[in-house]
Amino acid sequence: MGVLRTYLLRWQRKRWLIRAFRKRRELARRSDRTKAIGAGDVLLFATLRNERIRLPYFLKYYRDLGIGHFLIVDNGSDDGSAEYLSDQPDVSVWHSSRSYRRSRFGIDWMNWLLRKYGHGHWTLTVDVDEFFIYPFCDTRPITALTDWLDASSIKSFGTMMLDMYPKGPISNHRYGEGQNPFDIAKWFDSGNYSIARNKTFGNLWIQGGPRARMFLSDKPERAPALNKLPLVKWDRSYAFVSSTHMLLPRGLNLVYDEFGGEKASGILLHAKFLDTMTDKAREEVGRGEHFANSTEYRAYHARLKNDPDLWCKWSEKYINWRQLEILGLMSKGNWA
Amino acid sequence: MTVGFVMMCHDALDRAAQVAGHWASHGCPVVIHVDRRVSRARNEALVRALAGHDNVSFCARHTCEWGTWSLVAAAQTGAARMLAEYPEVRHVCLASGSCLPLRPMAELKDYLATRPDTNFIESVTTEDVPWTVGGLDSERFTLRFPFSWKRHRRLFDGYVRLQRALGYKRRVPAGIEPHMGSQWWCLTRQTLAAILSDPRRAAFDRYFKRVWIPDESYFQTLVRLHSNQVESRSLTLSKFDFQGKPHIFYDDHLQMLRRSDCFMARKIWPRATRLYDNFLSGGLADQNRAEPNPGKIDRIFAKAIERRTRGRAGLYMSSRFPKPGWENGKTCAPYSVFEGFGDLFEGFESWLHKATGARVHGHLYATDRARFTDRQKIYAGALPDDAGLRDYNPHAFLTNLIWNTRGERQCFLHGPRDVQKIGDFLADDPNAQISVISGAWAVPLFRAKGDFSDIRKEAARLQQIESKHLESLRRITVNARVRIWTMADFVDSPMEPLQTIIDEIGPRTPRRLTEAPQMVDLTGFGQFLQNLKNQGMQPYLMGDFPSGDVVDAPLPELRKPYLVK
Repeated sequence: MGVLRTYLLRWQRKRWLIRAFRKRRELARRSDRTKAIGAGDVLLFATLRNERIRLPYFLKYYRDLGIGHFLIVDNGSDDGSAEYLSDQPDVSVWHSSRSYRRSRFGIDWMNWLLRKYGHGHWTLTVDVDEFFIYPFCDTRPITALTDWLDASSIKSFGTMMLDMYPKGPISNHRYGEGQNPFDIAKWFDSGNYSIARNKTFGNLWIQGGPRARMFLSDKPERAPALNKLPLVKWDRSYAFVSSTHMLLPRGLNLVYDEFGGEKASGILLHAKFLDTMTDKAREEVGRGEHFANSTEYRAYHARLKNDPDLWCKWSEKYINWRQLEILGLMSKGNWA
Repeated sequence: MTVGFVMMCHDALDRAAQVAGHWASHGCPVVIHVDRRVSRARNEALVRALAGHDNVSFCARHTCEWGTWSLVAAAQTGAARMLAEYPEVRHVCLASGSCLPLRPMAELKDYLATRPDTNFIESVTTEDVPWTVGGLDSERFTLRFPFSWKRHRRLFDGYVRLQRALGYKRRVPAGIEPHMGSQWWCLTRQTLAAILSDPRRAAFDRYFKRVWIPDESYFQTLVRLHSNQVESRSLTLSKFDFQGKPHIFYDDHLQMLRRSDCFMARKIWPRATRLYDNFLSGGLADQNRAEPNPGKIDRIFAKAIERRTRGRAGLYMSSRFPKPGWENGKTCAPYSVFEGFGDLFEGFESWLHKATGARVHGHLYATDRARFTDRQKIYAGALPDDAGLRDYNPHAFLTNLIWNTRGERQCFLHGPRDVQKIGDFLADDPNAQISVISGAWAVPLFRAKGDFSDIRKEAARLQQIESKHLESLRRITVNARVRIWTMADFVDSPMEPLQTIIDEIGPRTPRRLTEAPQMVDLTGFGQFLQNLKNQGMQPYLMGDFPSGDVVDAPLPELRKPYLVK
């Protein structure tokens, strides 16, 4: 890491922060309860659009983990998501009707809210279909994890996103409001991930899973990145670079051990492949508001029309975090 | 006669109050030292919470910082107060605000009453401790440490380096030999009083003020001066991770802590409500009571350290991605690679599976797709057979396969017709057992029909690839278990090499090979090679085949088995 590289990254970080500052105007306060945030609260940040049906379970899941306050940007929902969120006592909502893509897929908005409200807090930045799993999450609240990370002087906690899918064609199962999505999408690929190191930002680049296997085998390099850094002890000088895959300063990306050991890490269970997604995919292709000109979405869309079955006989059925640990998808590290 | 507790608090004061109240109400005097950095309001709240107990007192406050003398000073102040104020105390325990008693106070009192003169303090010499962090063990006592490790790390490190470079050494005061150990001790009144009223105490204090982490060495060293009855272990169960930070106990450790039979544990997570409720409830009396036995907890924490420092061999994941050379096992289990065998023998895969019980794949790195066993489209771990995905990261493909099939030996075929990107990885991997029959790639060419000039071109190409591959397998740095035979040698006596390979693979051994794999008919192979030569191509990897048809079909007679063992 030369001095020049470090300097350029510093400028890049400043640029993202300035950009976030400019984009703050696109956010209109809808219901601001941020005064209720307590000093030690773990905060959750999310951007969403038309996710009304998922919200009740999403909020319940993260309340049970011990999240103190939710800070959510509603990107022009017309299905009542915003109204529902505004009624929740521990949720603050911002509204934006501006382009998701031009806010770099919501990350500029997130960077702004994180800078404004996240400083000094542990922050969890996720999508509404991502469910955070960490070691001992069935017996210890998330504050046990963040206290331990604080005591160990660790500032960011790495995860891999695990795509979950149902058995049989996706449209075979109807997802109902308030339901645990993993009652339906309870299967996953346990061992087909490929990892490379990103030299510039120091993070790992993980690809694979059912999306690569089913939709992108001819273009493996286009397969979506699965490495995520959702849990960060935020400082106002930090900035997400690209989704929650990478952060600056780059030291925060070193959530993996390079000398053979295992650091503690978690999983983001990804409940994307539900029957709600076929409509969603159609809408997203129409809007062209997703990554890489929606190549990802176009490829899905083409295949989703055939209502694919991602399940195979080697698919693993989800039980709990210990199973994911044994399979080597996450690790307790030295937390015991 | 009873036991008294000196309690050092700096945060989670509500829990400290709960524990101190528990001790006090069971007739154990408590002297509390509150870090001066704690705000007055919080300190007063603590005082108020314990106001109902007449055997709880608060000593003068010091500003405490980890690794510095201040902690020893606080302990001294508290201990002196304890000795002066509570004459009925025979043993004094040093505890922290995040300690939790695991057994009823009566049992601790009984335990100490039957050992009235024993000092429980971990105290070992520097040569004997494996757990010092940062390479400072004996140097803790011979260098000076005026700078804070927490706040001025660079100054701290720089000053250590400077002293090393200058060869500076402090003199240890005469008569003491430095010992170290856990800072949570339980000393007798007699010993403690002797330490605190030692005529040379001022000199000792002056010396230890500049020792690194003196709270782990002050009492541990001086106890050796004043007592012969030292039981070198702590009554407080306290475990440290590889960075020297204490492990924390949570609600889910409840059963383990109960079974440990230790008297106290630290450090407890302040919000571990179940632990506090259970162990302070008083309903603990009727359990079997043995000597403290933290074996199981020890194992769990030892495993945690092992996992953090060594990790699981052959695993690549989001929090373990070793640099080249640091993998501690590039793959997670031994596997076998067979080159040329598939060309020379008919049905080699099924034969090998029968002979060894191992999982046998075809050419995993074939150009069109990965040939899994039974030609499955997807294999263990949902690993697809797609060549594009495989070649996008050929190493990950192999490490994934071996990881996904832990507990089952994997074998696969390889050869110069396959994608070659994995070759160097195989050669570097100590888990790889590679057996090569060089030149056997010529057999399918020999059996093929077609334009001979195409065959000749193909033979030249394959020979070049294999020769390069063999070169890499013969490098001095190779870690794999490599065996190479020329085809001529192998055909001459196939059973012995086969037996050797299979013995090495198998849990099924000792077992003799009864059935040999069916070798393809090589009649005319010598002539085929001669034809290649006549076309100007020199096939040399297969060894010397006479141009006539000397190779008798299919196999020489089975030899008498030799005895392994």
